[in-house]
Amino acid sequence: MKTGISNVENGNKSEPVRQQILISGVGGQGVLFVTRLLAEAAIARGLPVFTSETHGMAQRGGTVVSHFKVGEFYSPLVRVRQADGLLALKSENLAQHGLFLKPGGWAVVNARDRKSLELQGTLVTVDADDLAHKSGSVKSVNLVILGFALAVAGKMKNDPDRLFCTLADIEQVVESSFGKKRKQVSAFLKAIQTGYDAFSL
Amino acid sequence: MSTRKLLLGNEAIARGLIEHGCRMATSYPGTPASEILSAVADFRLKDKLGMHVQWTVNEKIAFEIAYAGCMAGLRTAVSMKQVGLNVASDPFMSAAYMGVKGGFIVISADDPGPHSSQTEQDSRMWAMMAKIPVLDPASPAEAKEMVATAYALSEKFNTPVMLRPTTRVCHSRQDVALGLPATTGAEAKFDKDPARWAAMPKFRHKLHLELEEKLAGIAAYGPTAPVRLNPKARSRKAVVASGVAAAHTREILPELGAWTKVAFYQVRQPFPLHAAFVEHLLDTYTDILVLEETTGVIEMQLADRRRVKGKQSGFVPRVGELTPERIQTLLGGFAGIRTTVASVEGAPGRRPTLCAGCPHRASFFAIKKAAPRGIYTSDIGCYTLGMNLGVVDTVLCMGASITQAAGFYHAFKHARKRPDIVATIGDSTFFHAGIPALIDAVVQRVKFTLVILDNRTTAMTGNQPTPASGFGACGEPLDAVDLESLVRGCGVKFIREGDPYQLKDFIELMKAAVAYGRESGPAVVISRRSCILDQARQSGDGDVVAVEISDQCDGCGYCLKNFECPALIHHAEDKAHLHTSIDPMLCVACGVCLHVCPKGAFQVKK
Repeated sequence: MKTGISNVENGNKSEPVRQQILISGVGGQGVLFVTRLLAEAAIARGLPVFTSETHGMAQRGGTVVSHFKVGEFYSPLVRVRQADGLLALKSENLAQHGLFLKPGGWAVVNARDRKSLELQGTLVTVDADDLAHKSGSVKSVNLVILGFALAVAGKMKNDPDRLFCTLADIEQVVESSFGKKRKQVSAFLKAIQTGYDAFSL
Repeated sequence: MSTRKLLLGNEAIARGLIEHGCRMATSYPGTPASEILSAVADFRLKDKLGMHVQWTVNEKIAFEIAYAGCMAGLRTAVSMKQVGLNVASDPFMSAAYMGVKGGFIVISADDPGPHSSQTEQDSRMWAMMAKIPVLDPASPAEAKEMVATAYALSEKFNTPVMLRPTTRVCHSRQDVALGLPATTGAEAKFDKDPARWAAMPKFRHKLHLELEEKLAGIAAYGPTAPVRLNPKARSRKAVVASGVAAAHTREILPELGAWTKVAFYQVRQPFPLHAAFVEHLLDTYTDILVLEETTGVIEMQLADRRRVKGKQSGFVPRVGELTPERIQTLLGGFAGIRTTVASVEGAPGRRPTLCAGCPHRASFFAIKKAAPRGIYTSDIGCYTLGMNLGVVDTVLCMGASITQAAGFYHAFKHARKRPDIVATIGDSTFFHAGIPALIDAVVQRVKFTLVILDNRTTAMTGNQPTPASGFGACGEPLDAVDLESLVRGCGVKFIREGDPYQLKDFIELMKAAVAYGRESGPAVVISRRSCILDQARQSGDGDVVAVEISDQCDGCGYCLKNFECPALIHHAEDKAHLHTSIDPMLCVACGVCLHVCPKGAFQVKK
């Protein structure tokens, strides 16, 4: 289901896709994995993509952030106040990377509650630790957040705020990348679905 | 099927090597270069290619093996991080004089920032010193293309060529067009020519003359010449950029509305800078801004710098990464366009720490118990993070833990109070540069204790094999070197092996070693326990000891400060009920913390 360079679903077809997203967490949470799924989804749609990652010393339990850019870009990095969205796998990441969001940008944050979190824009929180625990894998917080973000950003009213990809795109990527490992695929899809179902307007 | 694939910059470089006939690839791992050779190994296995892929003991060895391959007429490549090139600098300088037969690419990855390195040194300065050409890619896709350019350049001028990516190229991913792996190439053939391959000083003079001639030709070589990216802009001002700084500039200039107002050139070969380009720049423009990382290499080659703004002039910051935010500010200032960049300082992030269950944590805890007021010299690897536990005082460069321990011993040996000296070094680092240092310490009767943190892998850079692993880059079986025999062979008389997970016994072992090391000469402890990341990968979980914290805990914080396991959570919300708990998400059930609490609050989970 290649759609070429155009917005998904009812998007304005004359506007080429151009989105910048930050994904942040701490080493070991699977920030790079989420980034990878988004990037593969972009490629499957025939879109140019750039991501930038944290490796080495900084990866050992320290803060990890990836920059994700889909559409026509040349630089691998997102500048301050340019990001459309932020996925924060820990609530502390909002204070660290919230400043990358453009005015009015959206953030999906893993947090028990909204207290003490601040953002000039669309802030949505979800207790992904709890959801991941209930879905049977405490280590799947990253995928729960991704699923939740797909639900949130997919249902945004403004077209430019919609994510460039949908739940179906991500499911397709998981299938084509891990298709042979059925157990893993179903665990991944379950965690993503758990996050997706947790959001309703 | 799509022919575009998401590739990490390092994978793109590897793919370039595969597609352009590289027949030998060698490396010693180091961030941000490590994934280059791993990816070559993966492609080699997948495409069943006949080539030699090898992790070597250190970068000098990697260089010399790949260089001999090119002397035999094959296309070869060696990859390393920038400080690795310091280690390989000896053959690097000479190879420039002697030149190549088959194409030879030296990939040296720089780390402006620095993100995961000791220095921000610019490998292009090494290229300049050795007088070999260097290519500076702006993106993963361009890095792949430059491999082809580098081989053509290398073979046309019979010279090694450096490819110098930076962290932002190595560790970004991009959709990259894939080609087919090269299946044909030269057969190995060595033409004896001692006047060149074993040149005496008299011949070296001649070779140096030839090298200078080559450089003049390379500075006029069309395929690597700078590119004008916005031919329509008419201006007396020009921006000249290379590497990822050129990528940032290409994106930011149009956003500032300056795409048609300032001429913009991308330099692909920063050294030697094309002579005609230098002339053109200085003849055409009254104001020139040079953006490059990390030293002003392009800038320095502009003979008349009165109209040039860059690192040398002080207009561009000399320290730290040229982030897109910095570049936006510089471009705005240069083009006379008002632009504001918000502060890039968010809340501070978490500091890196040893993983939960890391055997190094247990080793460090035991060292602190055995030599509480010692001088702790350490080395390059994950265990540098022993700093968080207060058991790492010095880190200089690969292998220096042992030589610095010797230096401290000699400095203090006539002092009234002589401190205990305990050096820590990883297994891979010991093989890399520790062995000559240990021989020196034995000969000089240096009284110290060396702990070899033997986690059976090169952990920091992604678990590459060591000479003790018994397998190679493609998983092929190899011979293994026994660490204990090696240490014994260096002349060490006190050698003990222990498992740091058996913390009580290991502390006793450390105490005996420190007592010997203090009075009698080098004592070596081999602290043996596999890296937990490596174990997880090989899915051998080992013993699982689930631990819980009882009501005995009064939240004193001793474990947090002295053991610093990321799985320990301190609860200070209720001042009347301070306590510590275990995060089930991070805990790997290594059981080491059972012996850490002075009050015995850690217990086996019932």
